[in-house]
Amino acid sequence: MANTTESNVPGDDVLEEPVPAMQQLLDNPFLLLFIGIAVPTVLYTIWGVMEIVNLPIAK
Amino acid sequence: MSAILPPTERVWWKEPLDRVELLWIVIALVWCLIMFFMMPYWHVYGQQNLANEAYKTSPEAFAKKADEVIAKYKVREEGPQKIPVVKPPAGSDVYLVARLWSWQPILELEAGKSYRIHLMSMDWLHGFSLQPENINIEVHPGYDHVLTVTPTAPGKFSIICNEYCGINHHTMISPLYVVK
Amino acid sequence: MAVNRNFRTCPTTGLVFHEPAEKLMRWNAVVAVVALLIGGVLAIGVLLTRWQAVHLLQADLFYQFLTAHGLNMLVFWIIFFEMAILYFASSTLLRCRLATPGMAWVGFWLMVVGALLNNYAVLRGDSSVMFTSYAPMGAHPTFYAGLILFAVGALIACFVFFGTLVIAKAERTYHGSVPLVTFGAITAAIIAVFTIATGAIILIPTLLWSLGLIEHIDSLMYRTIWWGFGHSSQQINVAAHVSVWYAGAAVVFGAKPMSEKVSRTAFLLYIFFLQLASAHHLLADPGLTSNWKIFNTSYAMYLAVLASMVHGLTVPGSIEVAQRQKGFNNGLFEWLRKAPWGNAPFVAVFISIVGFGFLGGISGVMMGTEQLNLIIHNTLYVPGHFHATVVIGTTLAFMGLTYFLIPVLFRRKVAFGNMATWQAYIFGISMSGFSVFMMGAGTLGAPRRHWDISFAGNPFGYEFPATAWLMIALMGIFGVGALVGGAMYLAITVYSVFLGEKIQTPDFATVSAKRGMAPAPQPVAVGATGHGAGVGAWGMVAPGTFVLALVFLTSFVLYYFVNWKYLSTVWPLR
Repeated sequence: MANTTESNVPGDDVLEEPVPAMQQLLDNPFLLLFIGIAVPTVLYTIWGVMEIVNLPIAK
Repeated sequence: MSAILPPTERVWWKEPLDRVELLWIVIALVWCLIMFFMMPYWHVYGQQNLANEAYKTSPEAFAKKADEVIAKYKVREEGPQKIPVVKPPAGSDVYLVARLWSWQPILELEAGKSYRIHLMSMDWLHGFSLQPENINIEVHPGYDHVLTVTPTAPGKFSIICNEYCGINHHTMISPLYVVK
Repeated sequence: MAVNRNFRTCPTTGLVFHEPAEKLMRWNAVVAVVALLIGGVLAIGVLLTRWQAVHLLQADLFYQFLTAHGLNMLVFWIIFFEMAILYFASSTLLRCRLATPGMAWVGFWLMVVGALLNNYAVLRGDSSVMFTSYAPMGAHPTFYAGLILFAVGALIACFVFFGTLVIAKAERTYHGSVPLVTFGAITAAIIAVFTIATGAIILIPTLLWSLGLIEHIDSLMYRTIWWGFGHSSQQINVAAHVSVWYAGAAVVFGAKPMSEKVSRTAFLLYIFFLQLASAHHLLADPGLTSNWKIFNTSYAMYLAVLASMVHGLTVPGSIEVAQRQKGFNNGLFEWLRKAPWGNAPFVAVFISIVGFGFLGGISGVMMGTEQLNLIIHNTLYVPGHFHATVVIGTTLAFMGLTYFLIPVLFRRKVAFGNMATWQAYIFGISMSGFSVFMMGAGTLGAPRRHWDISFAGNPFGYEFPATAWLMIALMGIFGVGALVGGAMYLAITVYSVFLGEKIQTPDFATVSAKRGMAPAPQPVAVGATGHGAGVGAWGMVAPGTFVLALVFLTSFVLYYFVNWKYLSTVWPLR
């Protein structure tokens, strides 16, 4: 991620301070993709389907 | 520089916020929390909630129960199709059958009394829309949905279907009577 | 693999276009506009039938028109346009070659074939099942097959977008973080991947069911999972048009985001929570508990609403700061009075922000409140709401973007002088009236997707209140205005793109990827870093926007509690 030491390109960013964790998260589209799929899949789809499946049968 | 260019600062996370943003975020967050807690609040203190009491069942089993209630409490028939009108006792279980494209039976309820109304469809999805009260509930095939309703004032009401159910969807309507 | 390194720099904006990406953007945009044209023609039939004084079409045709209108507008127009936006936000804004243009074309043609197949199914007349196609009401297999092909094509496009991000990072075509607009596009693409995956989970079994290979599709399962697709697809739009707002502020005003941190965190809240709102459609359904309903419908405590309220402040706020820095620093609203009210992209984006917030946003929260949904579910209020979000919010923002893209992407002048500006006003204002009156009729109980609310000839008729009829008539009148505005857009766009005056580029040249790279970030002088230093009032850089935001909040709060008051008068229900 914030692997900036190997910069050979002139004018490339050489950082005096580390990139904060939150910014690293926001700069990582694939981590965000994972979150954006996992959160609704668990909270909306799986939770919802479990409730429907576990519905009692009428007497 | 601008929203279509990369941020000028390499580390932008630590840039200070302006007062206008900070204040608005706090105000908006408070409002969001108020709106969130309004829903559980209404479950405790409000009168209009869905209890979400529901059972899986088959159309045959549901129709059988509906027919039993019709046989027991039928008071008359109405309309060209002679749809039975039932007047069930307060507190009892009433079965309202939705099918392409009618509601059955017609209910006659007493104002101020509570009834357990079971809603289910025999075929496709339908929409229970009580007018002019404007109470709207989805009706599924295979799911017996129980609502405990308490009509407040006498009058003639209508149940219209408001979930599209094919070519004669707009003809699916039934009266509902509330008497003293 | 052969790498195409042909780049073009736009002489007016300095934007760098990779030629394969540019061609894909053009084709996606053109097909999007064709879908809008089809959807618009269908809208005439739908509107003039719902407007009961005219009642143009027979029931079967009406339901057929309505089905095709919904699909062409909500799916094909918007998603084709969004694909163009994804390529723009990745390849152009990152000055990077597009990943696997060949695959992108495969995706594009799959989408085209899917859209044609789906339209064919509806045209057959046996698939008038609405956009939602709720099982067990069945459509012809080509209906589902078309949607599946379209979704696969869109998924490929999303991965081309993500691939381009990887290339840009690897080839260091930009420094540091991606631009905010690209970040918004990432948000849209993430939501799109979830949307398409969910669509596949439900549409593939439904296709098999329509072919007779599966016995039964459960109606409640279908609705629950389908809305993960149906509602989330509209959340792609939200992320996309908010990005377009930021782009509009940047292009028209040179505005800088008030704070990268705040705007990006707001997008992050979208990524986390926006898709949970699929539960909005299931609040009146049996079989799901209130715990599930409340948590999901509120996007986990309204955190996605918070994000939208933040964007609603920061976009106009950044415009205010830019205007004040230009010298329009007097009083609260000089920046707004002296805004370019004759600039079509600005007008479109401005009406989009206001309409999306006041009409679409507030009404969406009402419908998405578990109990308030009881007095709204499946009434005309619902299409009233989404015409405010999807048409005023998304479509109008995209129209504004079109007026920016015609010279930049198609290298043609926008035709017919300032008709584009008039178009934005006419379409925006008509659509606002249309939505408001539709919601009004819905509040009085008028159902959606209904051919005849007069129940003519029915032994058990019901008469809606006279006010509802008035609302329907006003909806009809404003709807005609919106059709005129839509036709103006199509006329301007089609004429400009195909017959418009060509913009000659004297120093046109292709440049190597190396030369197309972004310049190294310039060290910013201390003191000027605080955006808008020395402007504003009350210690705020954007006091005018803050006042407007408070006006918004006040209307929101009042309308919210008015609805609770109305709910409290209906029959007690447990």
